[in-house]
Amino acid sequence: MSILIDKNTRLLVQGITGKEGLFHTTQMVEYGTNVVAGITPGKGGEWVLDGKIPVFDSVKMAADATGANASVIFVPARFAPDAMFEAADAGIPLIVCITEGVPVQDMMRVRNYLDQKKVRLIGPNCPGLLTPGQSKVGIIPGDIAIKGNVGVVSRSGTLTYEVLYALEQVGMGASTCVGIGGDPVNGTNFIDVLAMFEDDPQTDKVVLIGEIGGTDEEKAAEFIASKMTKPVVSFIAGQTAPPGKRMGHAGAIIEGGAGTAADKVKALEAAGVKVAKHPEEIPSLLN
Amino acid sequence: MKLHEYQSKKIFEKYGVPIPKGRVAATAGEARAIADELGGRVVIKSQVLVGGRGKAGGIRLAKDSEEAEEVATAILGMEIKGLPVRKVLVDEAANIDKEIYLGITNDRAARKPVFMASAAGGVEIEEVARETPEKIIKVHIDPLLGLRDYQARDIAAFIDLPRDYWREFGKIANGLWQAYVESDATLAEINPLVITKDKRLLAVDGKMLIDDNALFRHSDLAEMRDLDTEAPAETEARKYGLSYIKLDGTIGCMVNGAGLAMTSMDVIKLFGGEPANFLDIGGGAGADKVAAALRIILSDSNVKAVLFNIFGGITRCDEVARGVLAAMDEVKPKVPMVVRLVGTNAEEGRQLLADAKMITAETLADAAKKSVAASKGA
Repeated sequence: MSILIDKNTRLLVQGITGKEGLFHTTQMVEYGTNVVAGITPGKGGEWVLDGKIPVFDSVKMAADATGANASVIFVPARFAPDAMFEAADAGIPLIVCITEGVPVQDMMRVRNYLDQKKVRLIGPNCPGLLTPGQSKVGIIPGDIAIKGNVGVVSRSGTLTYEVLYALEQVGMGASTCVGIGGDPVNGTNFIDVLAMFEDDPQTDKVVLIGEIGGTDEEKAAEFIASKMTKPVVSFIAGQTAPPGKRMGHAGAIIEGGAGTAADKVKALEAAGVKVAKHPEEIPSLLN
Repeated sequence: MKLHEYQSKKIFEKYGVPIPKGRVAATAGEARAIADELGGRVVIKSQVLVGGRGKAGGIRLAKDSEEAEEVATAILGMEIKGLPVRKVLVDEAANIDKEIYLGITNDRAARKPVFMASAAGGVEIEEVARETPEKIIKVHIDPLLGLRDYQARDIAAFIDLPRDYWREFGKIANGLWQAYVESDATLAEINPLVITKDKRLLAVDGKMLIDDNALFRHSDLAEMRDLDTEAPAETEARKYGLSYIKLDGTIGCMVNGAGLAMTSMDVIKLFGGEPANFLDIGGGAGADKVAAALRIILSDSNVKAVLFNIFGGITRCDEVARGVLAAMDEVKPKVPMVVRLVGTNAEEGRQLLADAKMITAETLADAAKKSVAASKGA
């Protein structure tokens, strides 16, 4: 078992003929992900990866032809909102948007529309999903994680790799790793993923990687205290971040004194969560 | 990105929000000419992107054009909270009867824009929110529907606006909404919206923040950026699509990914050092971007050591290594460099850097400790 993706995931890649789309499609296929088709408007009928994967003009056409049940988006920010609307309208139940830099007002429209459709969106501005040994949807390097019983959820990309790698170094593996993304408005938040891990029989422990900005970690702390039986270990990035400055991620900003790392650590510790001082300390806190 | 008051009000006016007559001036002579045109009393307002302009003496009344010139001379020579006043706005002075707050911002938790209004206008809304939150009405707007007329009426009723003004208020609220949506703002604020003694509604002060991620479709707004508010290296970094923030420490950081960049700063601090900057080279950064990043880091003379922490994913370590080599060739850095490469093509990257004189590290903690030691000359 795992959450969100497994060996039955049949994946579409939106933006498959672009540089990043093609590179990561290759990586996903090498990992064993079942990529069934790609979409690039205007290139329908072509094939990629030595004729192994067909390209379609629209998500609807690709989904009808292949019975896909998930889609990953690699298109540039200006086209990403449309790609998310298109995947949702084509009835794809799981949409993972890797694209960084989507305007926040676009994301509010996307999220409010998708909420009416019972569609699960992960991201945007995220590294995607990895269920070690089964499927990878997105850009998380497959070789840094092994199969195991730790559920990982994170707002960051490379920091997530850092944690997976630290776990792997001591022989600990992940059930599923979920990068929810660093934008202020996204499709899936910590609580959604924590609830899935709580119900997943393969997950025994959870690592939550947060950062400054917003109050999602505080809400996660409330959820952990009231609803979770599985132990949670956390790390919060941005202890040294100055207030009022956006630290790379659109959502990583301390506004009016709210959203500081100290507040989040306090809330999590009050909920019984062990908070690591640096990412490489996480494995020892899981024991 | 922050817009100046005069820029924000011009945008509001385009969407039908009434603003005082006036123009912006860069010299005292211009200020006098504008005051002459307007006739009567004017208000001279410094255009700097910080709060508390009034308290700092950056907003003053003048009874005629002669006094306007004097006041403008004084204000144009000022620095407010470290920022030079390069422009003043010369507006007709309004005879104010009542002040209202009206603003729209993004409520990230609700994933919707929120309209906020209060009869306690003219003071910072954060202060009202802290001390008398019951005086603020918050109305969430469905981003797919936009502001509806009934919502504007609800707001007018809450702030006890006399019914005679409701129609005009509705137009202003709708204008502000249009300005917010069409400019991709993250904040659009009129504070205060005043009722004048001759019974008009007037947006006396305005403020807008624009979503940096949306500037690709607002080239007109992107040009309005005031470079005084950021370090020159930050401006330079933006040209290359790098996210850089200058800090006060001695260890320069080059990292891929914002979360890992923040973490690298945190871990440096944890092991007794101080980061000199935040720098995210972004996903898929190529060699030229890396070279630019290294130049920018080394342009800070406080930097005593540089830490490269690259976890390859979308970014390939060999590409980064090539950029580092190219930049070192060009910049010839004199400070020690600590490098850690893990992930996609890390092995190729390490081989490329094998001949360069760099300190290598396996773990993040190790890299941080070594850069702290290197920065202290150990």
